[in-house]
Amino acid sequence: MRSTRSWPAGDEMTAAAIMEAGARRVELNRSETAAAPVLSVSNLSVAFETERGRVAAVRDVSFNLYAGRTLALVGESGSGKSVTSLSIMRLLGSAGVIAAGSITLATPTGPQDLLRLREREMRGIRGRSISMIFQEPMTSLNPVLTVGHQIAEPLRSHLRLSRRQARKAAMALLDRVGIPGSARRVDSYAHEFSGGMRQRVMIAIALACRPLVMIADEPTTALDVTVQAQILELIRELQRETGMAVLFVTHNVGVVAAIADRTAVMYAGELMEVATTAQILSSPAHPYTRTLLASLPPDIDSPFDRERQRLVPISGQPVDLAALPPGCSFSPRCPWSLRACDASLIPLAQVVPGRAARCVRIGDLR
Amino acid sequence: MILFRRFRRGEVIFGLALLGVLVICFVCWPALSSVNPYQSQVSNRLKPPSFIHPFGTDDFGRDVLVRVMYAGRLSLALGFMVAAFACLAGTALGLVAGFLRRLDGPISRLLDALMAFPDILLAIALLAAFGPNLVNAVIALGLVYMPRIARVVRAATLVQRELPFVEAALSMGASTGRILWVHILPNLLAPLFVQGTFVLAYAMLTEAALSFLGAGVPPELPTLGNMIAAGQPYFGRAEWMMIFPGLAIALTVLALQTLGDGLRDALDPLMARGR
Repeated sequence: MRSTRSWPAGDEMTAAAIMEAGARRVELNRSETAAAPVLSVSNLSVAFETERGRVAAVRDVSFNLYAGRTLALVGESGSGKSVTSLSIMRLLGSAGVIAAGSITLATPTGPQDLLRLREREMRGIRGRSISMIFQEPMTSLNPVLTVGHQIAEPLRSHLRLSRRQARKAAMALLDRVGIPGSARRVDSYAHEFSGGMRQRVMIAIALACRPLVMIADEPTTALDVTVQAQILELIRELQRETGMAVLFVTHNVGVVAAIADRTAVMYAGELMEVATTAQILSSPAHPYTRTLLASLPPDIDSPFDRERQRLVPISGQPVDLAALPPGCSFSPRCPWSLRACDASLIPLAQVVPGRAARCVRIGDLR
Repeated sequence: MILFRRFRRGEVIFGLALLGVLVICFVCWPALSSVNPYQSQVSNRLKPPSFIHPFGTDDFGRDVLVRVMYAGRLSLALGFMVAAFACLAGTALGLVAGFLRRLDGPISRLLDALMAFPDILLAIALLAAFGPNLVNAVIALGLVYMPRIARVVRAATLVQRELPFVEAALSMGASTGRILWVHILPNLLAPLFVQGTFVLAYAMLTEAALSFLGAGVPPELPTLGNMIAAGQPYFGRAEWMMIFPGLAIALTVLALQTLGDGLRDALDPLMARGR
């Protein structure tokens, strides 16, 4: 029922907004057919200045986001997933420094390097072309403002809708994300909603201006499993409708399997492996991916798998980002490591076309 | 409704009721009474409380009751203006200091410097510098109490700015000004209101003290402090000249402090949880 409902706000928007949205749709379609990425991150390196010196949180990360497609960014805590997504939004704060790389957004007016934009121009991108949903739906909404106000805010500031238009659009968006009784709920406050409902509101806010890219930073981590599935389904549905690209940051491999077309595995700030989700899950090429999957409960694959009953943890400790080994950052914990692993930095190498891994033993570890 | 229930506690009701009675008296009495507060009658000076002059008469034979009401109105109005000034300036400085960390150091040191002086001493110094009149008294007292507000606002802003909804608003393209105005300020209104109530009470007390010392608003204006100051030479002969304005101050400040305490308890979630 939800999917048959037309996209909200269309008839409520001003003429300029409609034309703008139309132009963007054309651009989306074109980029889909030409397979040009909507957002392209290349060689991104981010460091944090700390008392212990410069800590490299993200090193040489490159990936592309395509319209209508989802890329999952997977890794354990401290692997640089969230830093990567905050870098795209340029919301790292004063301690984080983007040391190198470029982040190119294909806007209707041509490609733009987000790292070169001024803060003022960047504000026009945030929430308009790229929006973000966060992990904590309980606290990501302002407790003293109505949800209608918070959904209307980007519509009013980016699309210059009037108060009344924005309110109507907010109600339509609430309908669209599956919140019943939108006419009443638009004047509700966050504390009147459950966690899943709040995450729906956050999604409505993020989608208000129909962004090209949505970054979802662990949006389901704080939710019940059943609600998780609903939220994932909602994101997929909205993606089909709007053709937005999704960057899905998570540490939950089960969620990855449910939502992502392609998956990038991060460890110690580096991309260890990039491949389709099916390839990652069925035949991981990198030892880290392999050990990560081995450490999961068996029912991820099949609930009747009796053989793998003991979980196999990854031995050792996560690497200290302030004292990285000279070669592969995973080699101290890797059961397959060789002396060559520690000699020098390992490049991300192609395994088969469309699939890459950062390991010297790609060839012989099959 | 929830808010209503939360405010239904003894202190709040007592404070509001007492303040209400006082305000109604201060505002309505002079309007309804036919007695002129400036009408002097030398033959009638320093008369003790009687049926015609319930609070007695002062050294010029003026009715103390109607003068207390007049003075109460003026003192309360002055206190309100001081509280408003302190809240406006303090909120602006506190928000900026709490949100823009670069300016936190300079602003906080300025506030520390202002708070290092005793209230009355600073007020006297500022009034001496500005020249004594009503407007300058408001500004001077406002500057004295502004740092309290600014500190509370800064602390609350520091808490608010780290909350995820601020990051969420940033990620939707909100500017710094918008974040401060739309997202943070409404969350500060509760502590601001409580502090404003206290500042109002303090301002009335300090104004009285300043006037008593002869450093406050010009003596020809009937404020409660000026009335007490005028009665001082006659203490022992005509105590009512000091006692009744003093009572008016005490009751007003009592009402405000009780109200402020009650509001703080009602609005502070940590303290409320204990109940």
